Amino acid sequence: MNVDDLEELADLHRQEHAAVKTEIRVCTAASCQSSGAQPVLEALTAGCEASEHPGCRVKQVGCMGLCSAGPLVAIAAKDAPLDQAQLYRDVTAADAPEILTSAKTGAPVERLHCPIDMPFFARQQRIVLENSGVVDPNSFKGYVVLGGYRAMVQALTEMTPAEVIAEVTTSALRGRGGGGYPTGLKWSTVAKMPAGQKYVICNADEGDPGAFMDRAILESDPHRVLEGMAIAAYAIGANKGFVYIRAEYPLAVERLKTAIRKAKRAGFIGHHICETEFNFDIEIRLGAGAFVCGEETALMASIEGGRGQPRPRPPYPAESGLWGCPTLINNVETYANIAPIVRDGGDWFAGIGTERSKGTKVFALAGAICNTGLIEVPMGTPLRDIIEDIGGGIPGGKAFKAVQTGGPSGGCIPEAHLDIPVDYDSLKTLGTIMGSGGMIVMDETSSMVEVARFFMEFCMSESCGKCIPCRAGTAQMHGLLDRIVKGEAGAQELALLEELCEVVQATSLCGLGQTAPNPVLSTLRYFRAEYEQRLLDQAA
Amino acid sequence: MTMQRARPSLPSNDKRWKLVNATMRRSGYAEHALIEALHSVQDAFGYLDEDAMIFVADSLDLPLSKVFGVATFYHLFMLKPQGRHSCVVCTGTACYIQGAGALIEGLEQRFDVNPGETTEDGALSVMTARCVGACGLAPAVVIDGQVSGKLDSNALNAKLAGQIKGQIREEIAQ
Repeated sequence: MNVDDLEELADLHRQEHAAVKTEIRVCTAASCQSSGAQPVLEALTAGCEASEHPGCRVKQVGCMGLCSAGPLVAIAAKDAPLDQAQLYRDVTAADAPEILTSAKTGAPVERLHCPIDMPFFARQQRIVLENSGVVDPNSFKGYVVLGGYRAMVQALTEMTPAEVIAEVTTSALRGRGGGGYPTGLKWSTVAKMPAGQKYVICNADEGDPGAFMDRAILESDPHRVLEGMAIAAYAIGANKGFVYIRAEYPLAVERLKTAIRKAKRAGFIGHHICETEFNFDIEIRLGAGAFVCGEETALMASIEGGRGQPRPRPPYPAESGLWGCPTLINNVETYANIAPIVRDGGDWFAGIGTERSKGTKVFALAGAICNTGLIEVPMGTPLRDIIEDIGGGIPGGKAFKAVQTGGPSGGCIPEAHLDIPVDYDSLKTLGTIMGSGGMIVMDETSSMVEVARFFMEFCMSESCGKCIPCRAGTAQMHGLLDRIVKGEAGAQELALLEELCEVVQATSLCGLGQTAPNPVLSTLRYFRAEYEQRLLDQAA
Repeated sequence: MTMQRARPSLPSNDKRWKLVNATMRRSGYAEHALIEALHSVQDAFGYLDEDAMIFVADSLDLPLSKVFGVATFYHLFMLKPQGRHSCVVCTGTACYIQGAGALIEGLEQRFDVNPGETTEDGALSVMTARCVGACGLAPAVVIDGQVSGKLDSNALNAKLAGQIKGQIREEIAQ
């Protein structure tokens, strides 16, 4: 099969629904489902069938982003992008008749209207999420109609593995799991290893509290991730892939399983993919609730069936990974970026973003903010724009206090630094990290010392226990923070806490321990007065 | 020619063991199927008891210590039977900021149960999760597998009490 054949196939699928002009899209990702999207979907489907409106169909789609306004329903022309849709918020099953009428007549239901030109949507640039909220995540055909698997077929039939890697290198894409390692460099390292058994792993163990980007991508557009993995496997010479995904994400697991099954049946995964010489099989591995398994060496230990404990690097997985074979590990969002890079070229991708951080980044906005949900913005967008424009500011007339980025490995940024552009390097200068993209906004009612204690409690209980600095250090730090919060500690304990931060950071084996002190250090850096207020007055 | 190792017989006539066995057979009883085998035990029986761990260890030809070590390492595996209803309170950052702590305190007061425990009558297990990824709905709880968001303590307690009472009513009707 070549690209023209795929285009023919897409045309064939298009003809199946040739009569359909209008789509009523119901978001059935986890967040909207929790707000009651299922009854809405059922009511609309039943209503649409009963109304005998042949030009209209009801379709379930993935995340449209604005989770706080769910369940969301969009009316759009067939396969039109999200920004050309009429959006309805807080929809209930009782609203179905009105929505169906509006789909027929084109007159909006003012009561439910959610402006698609508000900054939350207008300021976004959707690359990773371009199909999210448009494609039916359970439909292989739907994905092909939207141009899916085109990049894979193009890579397999028109490009050599080296050319694929060159394109990814040109794009300057950096790992979206948080580390920010250049993806092209990682791929070429694995590709250079001697031929033989190699593996591709997709890290979907999104353990950062406050992050749900990977979940939303897998629930909304699972084929996009599979396509990215297949292209990676072709480029590095692997024939076997694993998706390591959290068992806490049952809907994502289910949709991914469906996607793998359908792609296999269509010959887009498996033996002789699209009638080429390339073989690639994908298996799902369920995590079992361990934050440390986000660490690549721990994740591999878990795939091998053991305790998810990291080991020292080198050797890096690129050299000796799963069962000692060269292994490529990338995060969900990284793979989701691959198809557009192959399709539109590395230069196009490199034209977006900042000097050293290219492309877009998906962020999960949560906490004390009006518009919670998922956004995708170009790298370099100022933090203030994200919080005030896109996020709509702080609810309840309260004042902004800090935004926490990067989960338990990150740090808190105060008001004074809000004008910083969001990219890997600028966040580092503030003592925090991009992480996988969780952003939690805190208002004036949050106590930063308590927030630090919360994160330390997290790191303490998630420490795998293998190395002493992390196992004992985090417990000691948590104890000290607890005493400071309760007003039982003095300046001496604070000094001890700071010293421990340095030790744990410098001597821990893996990323969990090395970054565990970050929330303490960053809150101490910007909110030291809050700590000092709680100290016992030694003189008194 | 290699000898096929004899597989242990199923611990009891309970048909659910066949499901567990099928999971292990699918991977050729490979060592790396351990976590999947434990998942399938927990899916079938609700928790991992000693019999189950011995059976899995024998089937995969692993020392029991390794199976126990893996089962206790991961938060998701339960070594005790769970209540008829479960309530998982998300304690991720967004939920923490939006009041997950108050939900847990409320549960402790109303049902006399701490996180990780089951009520004495076996009606309700309360657990905490690190993040269920429903941050937009913080504070989020998962009641019997269904995610609910934006609940305060009173609403959560009322919902759980209703769920438990509903089941008792069904039992009486039968």
